[in-house]
Amino acid sequence: MENRGGSEMRDGVPDKPEAVYFFATCLVDLFYPQAGMAGMELLKRQGIRVIFPPGQSCCGQPARNNGWFEEARTVARQQFKSFPKSIPIVVPSGSCAGMMHEHYPDLFAGQPDEAEAKAFSARVFELTWFLVHVCNLSLTDHGKPVAVTFHGSCHSQREMGVREEPKQLLRSLNNVTVAELGRPGECCGFGGTFSVRQPDISAAMVADKIADIVATGATEILSGDCGCLMNISGALKKTGAPIKARHIAEFLIERTEPGASSPTP
Amino acid sequence: MSPSSANFTGKARVALNDPKLRANFRRAMDGLMAKRAAQFTDRAEWTALRARGGEVRTRALAKLPELLERLEQRCAANGITVHWAETTTEANAIVLGILQAAGARKVIKGKSMVTEEMHLNAHLEAHGITTVESDLGEYIIQLAGEAPSHIVMPCIHKNKGEIAELFAQKIPGQRYTEDVDELTAAARRALRGEFAGADAGISGVNFAVAETGTLVLIENEGNGRLSTTLPPLHIAVTGIEKVLEKLEDVPPLLSLLSRSATGQPITTYVNMISGPRKPGELDGPHAVHLVLLDNGRSRVYADPQLRDTLRCIRCAACMNHCPVYTRVGGHTYSFTYPGPIGKILTPQLEGLDCAGDQPHASTLCGACAEVCPVEIPIPKLLVRLRREAVSSASAAVKGGGSGRSLAEALGWRGYAVVFASPPLYRLVSSLLGWFGNWMPAWAPMLKPWTRTRTKPHFAAKSLHQLARERGIDHE
Repeated sequence: MENRGGSEMRDGVPDKPEAVYFFATCLVDLFYPQAGMAGMELLKRQGIRVIFPPGQSCCGQPARNNGWFEEARTVARQQFKSFPKSIPIVVPSGSCAGMMHEHYPDLFAGQPDEAEAKAFSARVFELTWFLVHVCNLSLTDHGKPVAVTFHGSCHSQREMGVREEPKQLLRSLNNVTVAELGRPGECCGFGGTFSVRQPDISAAMVADKIADIVATGATEILSGDCGCLMNISGALKKTGAPIKARHIAEFLIERTEPGASSPTP
Repeated sequence: MSPSSANFTGKARVALNDPKLRANFRRAMDGLMAKRAAQFTDRAEWTALRARGGEVRTRALAKLPELLERLEQRCAANGITVHWAETTTEANAIVLGILQAAGARKVIKGKSMVTEEMHLNAHLEAHGITTVESDLGEYIIQLAGEAPSHIVMPCIHKNKGEIAELFAQKIPGQRYTEDVDELTAAARRALRGEFAGADAGISGVNFAVAETGTLVLIENEGNGRLSTTLPPLHIAVTGIEKVLEKLEDVPPLLSLLSRSATGQPITTYVNMISGPRKPGELDGPHAVHLVLLDNGRSRVYADPQLRDTLRCIRCAACMNHCPVYTRVGGHTYSFTYPGPIGKILTPQLEGLDCAGDQPHASTLCGACAEVCPVEIPIPKLLVRLRREAVSSASAAVKGGGSGRSLAEALGWRGYAVVFASPPLYRLVSSLLGWFGNWMPAWAPMLKPWTRTRTKPHFAAKSLHQLARERGIDHE
């Protein structure tokens, strides 16, 4: 019942545009640039011109979630300035997309630039949703057989309505088996500053997530959100589990390169 | 409760290190989630019903002052005496006064979270009045001398072995057995005498209907009906927000409440209490009182956004689905209402200075809001309370501004300056790329993270840099 398809979250699916903006997110920019490059490459392969505005930084979510609204607005306004054309803004993170799509209208309620914020929000799309619904992406698998599992972030699922799209992309790869997590809707325990404000609870949550991942038998855990990935991969490495963690865009690019080999954990 | 004894983080650490407690909660919450999910397999029906539930509660709150007046009039017409209490102290005094006037010495209680909020049992005991909880879960924790750990399943933190041990110790003549039927029968035997000997019954209220002056009380054990009909005096205690406008508002909420709470299409008992025994009737109490408690609810009500907190019908689906509650259990929250609803309600009733850590005990994952049958936007309210805690001009919430520190204010100011200035951001990200990974894993600011995870690794080249080098279009 809660498994609503992403397309239902929006009034409709837009036509495939000639060009899109790419909002990388600060985590991708600083820690996972390869995920950003892969995301842009996937879009380019669909014949879409990808624009990466150099003025972009962060969606403002850390400040907003901690109650610092004015600081969040200051950072958000920098993004308004950096993404001026009325073309889609594609984001390789359901959480940052959720901040911009779902929370900017509330954050800017009653502000002089409320209308601008709403117009910006309406242009924000999560990457896998955009690839499935707008691009009708079809993939050819060049990799060896592999079993993977997918962790959908809470915000991608509950704020952006992205539920089956990433798994749909993975299942379209002939040699990839998608092993479902036992608790696909359960939070990994990241929660931004939560992970350091409540380190014990966060640690218990990620430990359970890792047990779930290990139980699937997959050799690779993929996600569309680098916050969750930082948490999950950090905990995986600490436990020494031989499971690779990375952004789904990187995996899709690797699998669809002619001559791709199976990923080594 | 003092802020130190209400230390959420410290209590959470203790709870997390109790494998039995964690297993009890995980198993119980898994069961409750599965039962609820089986009730709402038809998504269209769920969406329509919860929209109706949300509408009923929103409408009742929109007209709250008027509905409370009507409720008082209709109750009076039905022979129910209505009392108003601003604080828990007043409410306790009112209940004690009614009992003393009637010469009551022994009280049997149906389940009521508002009387927990008031610490009524302790107040009555201090004045020589014995109280016996008759809800099985409440009975168990009363024997154990504990507080409820869940608002629907008060003793969910105990497994049957622990209950078997408790009964063998506390119920005269009871042997140790893990046979659930035998344990239930033992409690039933012990409680039968208590019902028969009680001078008064005290209960909560699920919904108070303004149109008809009806008190709706749902339950599964029949203890609620016995508590409210067998003794000569019945005192119902509830919060002012529990009022509904019309009788026809009750069925959708009953459906939402029982299906969300326990996965039952309807509870075994649905009591519609509309006054004391009338002349010629064979049963029922001779007097019925309704105590309506404010205890900070008017202040919650005054804020148009925070008012949504008061829509709650206490089904507990939010805590059953909460990844934090599931791991730390209800006692970690220190106050009457645990879990997501507690995290938004407690700081408003008790003050952010007292329970300010609670709104932060969440990843904002949204599992609670997804299942809330009356569409309370819990994560948004958590963020609102975080904001009130650090806002220097906060007057909306008790203890507002108490979480503000200069260091944190400067930190976020610095964040805003750097992330809103492309040249500064470029400089900082270059510095992090060059030197960020030199920071040792044991550095104090990294320690909470690196205790269970490896250190995140800054990329040598940021995506900004790669995009420039690879000639990605920039406009």
